[in-house]
Amino acid sequence: MLTALKIFFFCFFFLFANLNYVFAKDIFVGKGEKHLTAASALKAAEDGDRIFIKGGYYSECPIIIDKSVSIIGIDNPVFDALSKDEGFIIRADNVTIKGITIQNSGISYIEDKAAVKLESVSNCVIEENILLNNFFGIYLSKVSNSAVKKNRIKASNLKETASGNGIHLWNSNNIIIENNSIEGHRDGIYFEFVKKGEIKSNISYKNLRYGLHFMFSDSCYYAGNTFKENGAGVAVMYTKKVTMTDNLFVDNWGSASYGLLLKEISDSEVYGNKFTRNTIGLYSEGSNRVKIYRNDFNQNGWAVRLMANSVDNVFSKNNFIGNSFDVATNSQQHYNKFINNYWDNYKGYDLNKDGKGDIPFRPVRLYSMIVANTPTALIFLRSLFVDVLDVAERALPSITPKTLTDEAPLMRKRL
Amino acid sequence: METILKIIKYQLRDVLRSKWLIAYLLFFLLLTYGLFRFAGDDSRVIISLMNVVLIIIPLVSCIYGTIYFYNSKEFILFMLSQPIERSTLYTGMWLSIAISLSVSFIIGITVPYLLLGQVNVQNLYTFALLAASGILLTFIFSSAAFLVAVTNSDKARGFGISLLLWLFYAVVFDGIILFTMISFNDYPLETPALIATLLNPIDSARVLILLKLDISALMGYTGAVFQKFFGNMLGILIAIFSLILWIALPFVTGLKLFKGKDL
Repeated sequence: MLTALKIFFFCFFFLFANLNYVFAKDIFVGKGEKHLTAASALKAAEDGDRIFIKGGYYSECPIIIDKSVSIIGIDNPVFDALSKDEGFIIRADNVTIKGITIQNSGISYIEDKAAVKLESVSNCVIEENILLNNFFGIYLSKVSNSAVKKNRIKASNLKETASGNGIHLWNSNNIIIENNSIEGHRDGIYFEFVKKGEIKSNISYKNLRYGLHFMFSDSCYYAGNTFKENGAGVAVMYTKKVTMTDNLFVDNWGSASYGLLLKEISDSEVYGNKFTRNTIGLYSEGSNRVKIYRNDFNQNGWAVRLMANSVDNVFSKNNFIGNSFDVATNSQQHYNKFINNYWDNYKGYDLNKDGKGDIPFRPVRLYSMIVANTPTALIFLRSLFVDVLDVAERALPSITPKTLTDEAPLMRKRL
Repeated sequence: METILKIIKYQLRDVLRSKWLIAYLLFFLLLTYGLFRFAGDDSRVIISLMNVVLIIIPLVSCIYGTIYFYNSKEFILFMLSQPIERSTLYTGMWLSIAISLSVSFIIGITVPYLLLGQVNVQNLYTFALLAASGILLTFIFSSAAFLVAVTNSDKARGFGISLLLWLFYAVVFDGIILFTMISFNDYPLETPALIATLLNPIDSARVLILLKLDISALMGYTGAVFQKFFGNMLGILIAIFSLILWIALPFVTGLKLFKGKDL
């Protein structure tokens, strides 16, 4: 009898404890439903439930999610934080937020107030949401194995200090950021202490500072993103084993604006990217052993600016077309390698018809060294005198680095 | 005024008959055609054209202007025996040279552009700017050539001076300013640089076009200063005003000297 009772209770508890998963409920929120607010639905919900929120205007932020639920918007419900507080704060694993508009998270100079904030959780998905005029957009702190997909994030602050980042990751790992568009934040995508992130097919544009900004984030993979018209372009720093491929860096204009700034990046690869119409296409400072190949540098002010503290980088098979300056540097010493690139300024010949020029190309012009020291001299760009100087310097190099040459430049553009 | 027009009409007919002008027209036609045909990208064509415009136009205007004035010596003497004012004759001759050179330049670059180039707003603006700078440079350097011819009776001497004049503005001036800049590296040089550009018509024209072409390079810090000046309407007006001043100054001086000259 006792044993039977034990079994009965065991079964009962087993059933009860797992009931939530077996019979996950769907809860509806909205006009005419049992729950008028998301908060009351959350109170009633249990782990594994789905909460459907109908279209309408909800001003009940902040909403703290401490259960593993999915929150799904139907007909675009709008959550307004009324410029005071945060939108959604997620403190449970396995949470999904989908199809919701969140707007007006408050600006704070002490706290990082966000539209969606994830704190110390894993396996969460934030997708297909619209985030408007928030301080921070999506904020992940100590998060793992999660995804941020297909969100449209837009802000319109004018000052860097009064603006947060579109997608902000801190101390997280295994995160996928995919197909988002971010506009008008401070930094479009910001990473600090992130491991194994995948950033794919995002568009980050017109942000006040950087389109993409990361530090101490090793082994991350960036592919197919577009970074356009950001205040200072893209800056990546203090990181190892980064792969950047098929990204577009376009129209980043300004005195301190770069298509891509590599600062102390090592053992990384940058290939198949397009750098178009930036003040400086690629700026490398203290970066070592980076392989830069098969990129297109078109119509930049400076295609590549390579500081002398960058060592053992290899530039190969890149196209340099229509740039005002191909390569600029700050020293006569230099320890990087350029090989088999196509330079539209190359005037050599190819007698043995192997597709590679027989005389080396010197991509650093004397004039670019002069401009580095005397920036005002830029006003003589394309002056006959400067061209004459350059020809003389190319014939008998004395000021430009002697070793910075492409020994076998391509005769035709790499397709 | 009517007499000026009459003189221009006659002179134009005379100039248009010369092989020089046809060669000049053909040069621009072939060059622009070749560039559009083989350089590919339109912005590269405009860059190459700009280099030619800034070097060749002042050179040809200088040399052709001086030669023309010397060769017309008998014509001038004959005309002045008629009841014609000296200023009318001088203006008429100068205008006919400047107009005929400008017209052949414009035809030479426009026809290939319309045939082969991509005509869109961005391109059209840069192209128009290029054409306008070419015309202004023609007027400036032909008036300078006339001044040189008026002040020097000796043909060889005048010819040499007008060549030197061209060399000075096309090359030497930039060299002097560049080395001055390098020597005074530690001082803020933006405003002096701006003034220096306005002092050389070739430089003013170059910077005006550059601001459309190499905008990404010029958007660096110093670039921003130039962009601010040349990029807004006031800056462009000042630049154009200075170019017009460059036409007027040698012309008025030349005219004054011509009036008092013992032919």
